[in-house]
Amino acid sequence: MFWNKEIETIPEEKLKDIQLERLKKVVQYAYERVPYYRKKFEEAGIKPEDIKTLEDIKYIPFTSKADLREVYPFGMFAVPLSEIVEIHSSSGTTGKPVVMGYTREDIEVWKEVMARSLTMMGVTKEDIIQIAYGYGVFTGGLGFHYGALTIGATIVPSSAGNTRRQIELMRDFGTTVLACTPSYALYLAEYAKDEMGIDPRTLKLKAGSFGAEMWTEEMRREIEKRFGIKAYNVYGLTEIIGPGVAHECEAQEGLHIWEDHFLPEIIDPETGEPLPEGERGELVLTTLTKKGVPMIRFRTRDITAFISGKCSCGRTSRRIERIRGRTDDMIKVRGVMIFPYQIEKAILEVQGVEPHYQIILTRPHYLDEIEIQVEMSKEIFSDEVRKIEELKKRLEKRIEETIGVRVKVTLVESKSLPRSEGKAKRVIDKRGLK
Amino acid sequence: MKIKQISVFLENKRGRLFEALNVLSKAGINIRALSIADTSDFGILRMIVNDPEKAKKALENEGFTTKITHVLAVGVKDRPGGLAEVLKILYEEDINVEYIYAFVEKSGEEALVVLRTNNLDKTITLLQEKGVKLLDSKTVENL
Repeated sequence: MFWNKEIETIPEEKLKDIQLERLKKVVQYAYERVPYYRKKFEEAGIKPEDIKTLEDIKYIPFTSKADLREVYPFGMFAVPLSEIVEIHSSSGTTGKPVVMGYTREDIEVWKEVMARSLTMMGVTKEDIIQIAYGYGVFTGGLGFHYGALTIGATIVPSSAGNTRRQIELMRDFGTTVLACTPSYALYLAEYAKDEMGIDPRTLKLKAGSFGAEMWTEEMRREIEKRFGIKAYNVYGLTEIIGPGVAHECEAQEGLHIWEDHFLPEIIDPETGEPLPEGERGELVLTTLTKKGVPMIRFRTRDITAFISGKCSCGRTSRRIERIRGRTDDMIKVRGVMIFPYQIEKAILEVQGVEPHYQIILTRPHYLDEIEIQVEMSKEIFSDEVRKIEELKKRLEKRIEETIGVRVKVTLVESKSLPRSEGKAKRVIDKRGLK
Repeated sequence: MKIKQISVFLENKRGRLFEALNVLSKAGINIRALSIADTSDFGILRMIVNDPEKAKKALENEGFTTKITHVLAVGVKDRPGGLAEVLKILYEEDINVEYIYAFVEKSGEEALVVLRTNNLDKTITLLQEKGVKLLDSKTVENL
């Protein structure tokens, strides 16, 4: 199903023409209206008219999250506040928050890309969609809301939290589509079953759109199994627009980027050089149509790769792999770069272990140690010490094979690790490194 | 002749054994036999109780991971060599004992032990052939 078939299936050459035309325009627009961009361009010795092809984008300096914090709150705005109809902000967990303003036109773009995204996963006006992403200055809730509103689906704006109520709403209203973070989806399934005696498979849900945090294929299978639904990956970020930058289609083979609005590049995070197609690196995005706060070559810190070849759904927009990590989530242990997802994958490969774990880094004697706490579950518990010890060794071996560093696995009691209603805290670094 | 044993996963953390036993006490469960296998990070609490299903439910409601397994309750002569006689029968037939522990009570003149082997069915046949007393679950629950 298509929301906007013409643009979603546009021939590649035509798409490139649109992109180039829009890129030239947005570069000129940002240069003229945002002193920050003008200064950066001048420092780099380039002018908007130097951009003659799509490849010329490589001459433009990157924009980083730190740059955005520096101009907090409104320093990147390209229009007066009177033109801004809505303000969103990303969580300021690692410093000052980042603030984004949307013009009326920007909201229309957001509606369009979210409507395409939801339609792509089969949502129609007949559906009842429960939006359990946080509403408010966080973009998750309202982004989905705008998309669903545009399609005409019935929205249950439950927002995040209050787990029991979420399940009651799903049961009583017959919710068919769920939108929330993947870790919260698993928590909902667990809560329904254990605390309320409701088998999540008996709910009317048919599909879900999950994102805003890293997750794995194994988690997808787990969510699909527990709810009896199809689980789709959504990608987006406040700096660009919020959810709706990219989404999976029914093929579930990567996320289609809405390239007529967001121009993607994948670069080597160390050198900043573009990488050949298929190689994993940092995703860099340029907004092609945004008026409130244009973003030129924004470094997302998300690690992914372009998927080559045509998608069976018929869409021509490029696809990216699910996000594999964040450049700033990389844990450096004994000099080796490690991503939490690698550890998660290894745990899940050892059959039967529930995906609840925590990574704890310590440095007891000038040497880093990794402890992985994994929750015991009914399925793998045995009354024999030997069998549990074997399981522990299997986990240690599989993780070591995956990341190349020896780890200690500790099996902890079920439900003893913190459960999240938002983003999961997977890594606890006690090394005291600064 | 098999009886039900309940086992509980415990982290080696202060107070966890107390908490598990406290849950059982509140549920009115009577413990007939108990043992703990422990390692440096975790322990397995194994018990024979008067109502294993109720005990399991009570523990799981409190978030404990539990499992019910089948074991044998064997009556052995309460004198030197009583247990050794039983183990000799198993040893000669190549049956491995996975674990063994004692009941609190006696049954008449016999001491009672909980026994788990790598082949419970064969163990039952052998012990019965040799006239060793095995208690059924009803007897155990009413001790």
